[in-house]
Amino acid sequence: MSKLDNQYSAKDEVATVFIRRTFFQRALITLKKAPFTAWLGMTIVCVYIFVAVFAPFIAPYGEAQIFKDPYAPWDEIHVFGTDRLGRDILSRLIYGARNTMGIAILTTLLAFIIGGGLGLLAAILRGWVDQFLARFVDILMAIPSLIFALMLLSIFGSTAFNLIIIIAVLDSTRVFRLSRAVGMNVAVMEYVEAARLRGEKISWIMGREILPNILPPLVAEFGLRFCYVFLMIASLSFLGVGIQPPTADWGSMVRETGELIQYAQYDITAAMTPILPAAAIGILTIGVNFVVDWFLYLTSGLKDEHK
Amino acid sequence: MHPIIATLIKRIGLGFVSLFFVSLIIFSSLNLLPGDFVEAVLGQSRTEETVATFRKELGLDKPFHIRYVKWLSAAVQGDLGSTFSGRNASYANQPQQSTARTVTGLLKPRLYNTFFLAAMTALIAVPLSLFLGITAALYRNTFYDRTVNASALATISMPEFFVAYILIICLASIYQIFPSLSNVTASTPFFERVYLSILPALTLTLVTVAHMMRMTRAAIINLLSSPYIEMAQLKGLSRSKVILEHALPNAWAPIANIIAFNLAYLIVGVVVVEVVFVYPGVGQLMVDSVIKRDIPVVQGCALVFALTYILLNLIADVISIITNPRLLYPK
Repeated sequence: MSKLDNQYSAKDEVATVFIRRTFFQRALITLKKAPFTAWLGMTIVCVYIFVAVFAPFIAPYGEAQIFKDPYAPWDEIHVFGTDRLGRDILSRLIYGARNTMGIAILTTLLAFIIGGGLGLLAAILRGWVDQFLARFVDILMAIPSLIFALMLLSIFGSTAFNLIIIIAVLDSTRVFRLSRAVGMNVAVMEYVEAARLRGEKISWIMGREILPNILPPLVAEFGLRFCYVFLMIASLSFLGVGIQPPTADWGSMVRETGELIQYAQYDITAAMTPILPAAAIGILTIGVNFVVDWFLYLTSGLKDEHK
Repeated sequence: MHPIIATLIKRIGLGFVSLFFVSLIIFSSLNLLPGDFVEAVLGQSRTEETVATFRKELGLDKPFHIRYVKWLSAAVQGDLGSTFSGRNASYANQPQQSTARTVTGLLKPRLYNTFFLAAMTALIAVPLSLFLGITAALYRNTFYDRTVNASALATISMPEFFVAYILIICLASIYQIFPSLSNVTASTPFFERVYLSILPALTLTLVTVAHMMRMTRAAIINLLSSPYIEMAQLKGLSRSKVILEHALPNAWAPIANIIAFNLAYLIVGVVVVEVVFVYPGVGQLMVDSVIKRDIPVVQGCALVFALTYILLNLIADVISIITNPRLLYPK
């Protein structure tokens, strides 16, 4: 407040009207306006993350703990029964959240580091570096990625490490395309030119000048890429060439309990056992998609296609 | 020369270039193997002699470019080499023909099966998704549009094996209408083959229709905001006439692209679906060979898949070039 109460000050009046909101207040307002699907998506993602982080405290039994009766039916002791080796399905589902999601996130991060870095580099340097990288990526993308991944896995062998590297490299091609395209638009701006004339290093131009300006599309792409990687790892594990036992993983769980499906007419709960991990995969993908849709809507003001 | 022909030649040439590089990648993938590949394949019971013979037979004693040219010229003539399965340390004692089966011989019947499944799926999925996409664009923002869109989003997010298992539970186990195993053979009569392949085809249809339908809808709605469509509306034409006669002809290029893209996707989706339904196609062969690490077979399958993928993309581009009116009339 001003020193003299009877004296008018425009600055004070503005100050009383314009309260600067903290980050959390702004976030809260945005969240309040979020549509139902976004809330649903966020709830799903939060529940999954919670389960993954606190898996050892939630799971009734250990990840690879073996009980005496294989293929036990659903009851109080084993909520979703046991599998072929007598391992508790519920516990494996809970641990699976940690393994499946952890590997998928790691792979996506790696893909973004490789693809995003090279994409920005191509956008800044242009010339032959850009041409070479772009053509190389074109060729890699000419082979369907699942087929390519299968071929590389057969050569290097199916270990978790190989899986992460192979899928990250294959997936980085799409990240490369996106970050190169959006990076190109920013790289021609005056302030980038100014930074260049100032003599800033390439890493500075990439990280401090361009990256902050292309972050929204990259974050949205991260969500979509995560879904894609997640589904791909699940498919590979389902085919038996992804994450290897005894690690609990949703894709391989579907594969291991798949034969139970034939008994649907006798015992519907038994047939539901392979459906549970498959549904866990599907629900997370839908949840992430909802969140990404909302995020895209927020950041780009992208309205639905219709006029 | 007519510009459209020049563009076409350029695009087809590009297709061949990428084919060349793809074959180079597939071939050289064999050399990426850390350590000695021959010793890894022959396993524990190898002897100096078998390793040397095997290496010579694979031609690994010759330089890379000579091996590649040899492999490529054989592959063009339909010879993809012989499989590793049945080959072991004792193979050197036996005549080669009896132990090593050819990759081509293994691939051929399965290729027919896979294309049969893909063609069957395409026959159901393409008309269905075009119909759904066009009607959704026609009745956009209605209850119908929303339902179709929401269910499309749901099926896109589901892994193929989830859809497949749900179908098996509903249509093969509880109500036993269709078989859950599609074990077709070369001698299976046509209609029985169709009957056996219904569930895999249905799974693939569900997975691809969602994508195609959404993209068709988006392509048409995208066009609806252009001035000439507004003109047509102002002339007082009916909604269906505007969409079918004014918007659709210009949407063919993106739609052709979408269809080809999804057929290419089908090629990939086929792998998982074939494994679920034990359908004897190329995808299943590839997965089996990956587990057995039978690399010549894996390479053969990868080559077939990549070839189909590139060809479908090429066809899509050719269609969009041909249907582009701006290219038809040179300036």
